[in-house]
Amino acid sequence: MSETTLSPAAVAEPAAGAAGTGRKPAPRRAVRATPLGERFVAAFLFACGALSIFTTLGILGVLGYETAAFFSEVSIVDFLGDTEWTPLFAEKRFGIWALVSGTVLTSLIAMAVALPFGLLSAVYLSELAPSRARRILKPLMELLAGVPTIVYGFFALTVVTPLLQAVIPDLAGFNALGAGIVMGVMIIPMIASLSEDAIHAVPRALREAAWGLGASSLSTIFGVVLPAARSGIAAATTLAISRAIGETMIVAIAAGQQPRFTFDPRVPVETMTAYIVQISMGDVPTGTLEFRTIFAVGAALFLLTFVMNVFAQRLARKYRRLG
Amino acid sequence: MHPETRTRRRNERLFRLLCLGCLLLPLLMLAWLLGDLVIKALPRLHMDFLSGFPSRRAAEAGILPGMVGSLYLILLTISLAMPVGVGAAIYLEEFGRRSRAAQLIEVNIANLAGVPSIIYGLLGLEIFVRVLGLGRSLLAGAATLALLVLPVIIMATREALRTVPDSLREAAVGLGATPWQVVRQVVLPQAVPGIMTGCILAVSRAIGETAPLVVIGALTFITFLPDGVLAPFTALPIQIFNWISRPQAAFAHNAAAGIVVLMGTLLLLNATAIYLRERMERMQKGAH
Repeated sequence: MSETTLSPAAVAEPAAGAAGTGRKPAPRRAVRATPLGERFVAAFLFACGALSIFTTLGILGVLGYETAAFFSEVSIVDFLGDTEWTPLFAEKRFGIWALVSGTVLTSLIAMAVALPFGLLSAVYLSELAPSRARRILKPLMELLAGVPTIVYGFFALTVVTPLLQAVIPDLAGFNALGAGIVMGVMIIPMIASLSEDAIHAVPRALREAAWGLGASSLSTIFGVVLPAARSGIAAATTLAISRAIGETMIVAIAAGQQPRFTFDPRVPVETMTAYIVQISMGDVPTGTLEFRTIFAVGAALFLLTFVMNVFAQRLARKYRRLG
Repeated sequence: MHPETRTRRRNERLFRLLCLGCLLLPLLMLAWLLGDLVIKALPRLHMDFLSGFPSRRAAEAGILPGMVGSLYLILLTISLAMPVGVGAAIYLEEFGRRSRAAQLIEVNIANLAGVPSIIYGLLGLEIFVRVLGLGRSLLAGAATLALLVLPVIIMATREALRTVPDSLREAAVGLGATPWQVVRQVVLPQAVPGIMTGCILAVSRAIGETAPLVVIGALTFITFLPDGVLAPFTALPIQIFNWISRPQAAFAHNAAAGIVVLMGTLLLLNATAIYLRERMERMQKGAH
């Protein structure tokens, strides 16, 4: 294999130089034309990179096309103005807010769990932990991040919800609370790892200056390190929210399939993602309006997460400049 | 000791404990989750379960089609995603460095990495299942998962390529190697462990993915094994999801047993990835 990739020209050239008469060869400025195989490989590699562009265009095209078809039958005023979502009923209503509220509610609960736990974990790992503990705990956190979400969903439904029901008697079997809490646990490693990077990027000189002024390690962390890392931490938080919004299996399994405009964490709700799963599992024929709803919901979901991701990248760039 | 110093010390100790608690609590939850799973799975974990087909009776249901389906799916996914992912990474690191196109691709990949997996399911459903006419087949599923894990492979490969010292590239160029020869014979061999780690991470991501497969329409009840890349299929997580969704308690044991199989596979994969990474780090330390 390696022989075939060496072009004759490349092999011949050093040999020719060595066989010279001892005089220095005249410097050659003209480079020989790139061999055909070489150009072919370069084109292939570029195509591999360009595939990602086509993936994005594909997503935009598919969601755009089907959503346009959806809105040719359903008014966008109903979509954005109604709070009932009943596309499978005889009397169809298409108010996206019934699904958005489920998504926002479960995401808020998840963030309420993930943010404090993730951030304090990051502080511990980067500022307080002895290096031995760090070496053990970091891979364990990665393990937590590698658990498939369907496993978390099972845990939320069969362990966390029954446990919560013992404390909150009128908690339904499917509810936003249990799903949200478990989703929060799922997101902790992400916040911890991204925030740790941000905290790590804070120059040591800042800490030393604080210590030199007699600040305790607590006031150094809260008065100097965390404020300096704030844009990185904000980026981590934004990415985590985006992750929560797009998370599917936990909420599809444990939060229920009842779209309703509510912020009561005890009752069954339905998120945008869970709705897409529900329709995909059912027997809605392709090409119908009911089928198109999943693309319209998907487009709204994509838009929401995209805005979050772009915002997070802006924030991340800011903290890299600082470091 | 000054009393103020003492309260300060105490506060610091308390805060350290609080932070450690925040770190340990989710880990304890993980341990609890695993313990609970094993207890629920025990009555169903035997050979008949591994070699059986799905059944309406929970006690007779097995997971063979799910395991075989997942195996085929992963093999197909990685053979689609690895060449393209490594190729894209080589383009970004070695060929197109700092060109406008490379920058655009880079930003684009970062954005794709944040797209929810269920959106990839919608993309696969429309493009692979419907437009390209692959149907609800293994190939459509694998192509969808390949797009999903591409950013993982690209990022890991780029990381690996970056650790190859420039002096090696310069030496190769000095010997008259063409750009592709430099990559093929000098850079890539050095980057192999890193690329392997990336691919294992991609596989362990793909193996647990449920949502996109649900959307493209993997079957949940299948009593045969797929006989080609265009055959309908089921997968381990799909089978588990199906069992979770059933109201009868007996199926919860099946779900738990399926999850134990899935987690066992994942643990094996991750252990391999960690081993490779350690080895790579040792090799790098040796080189410098």
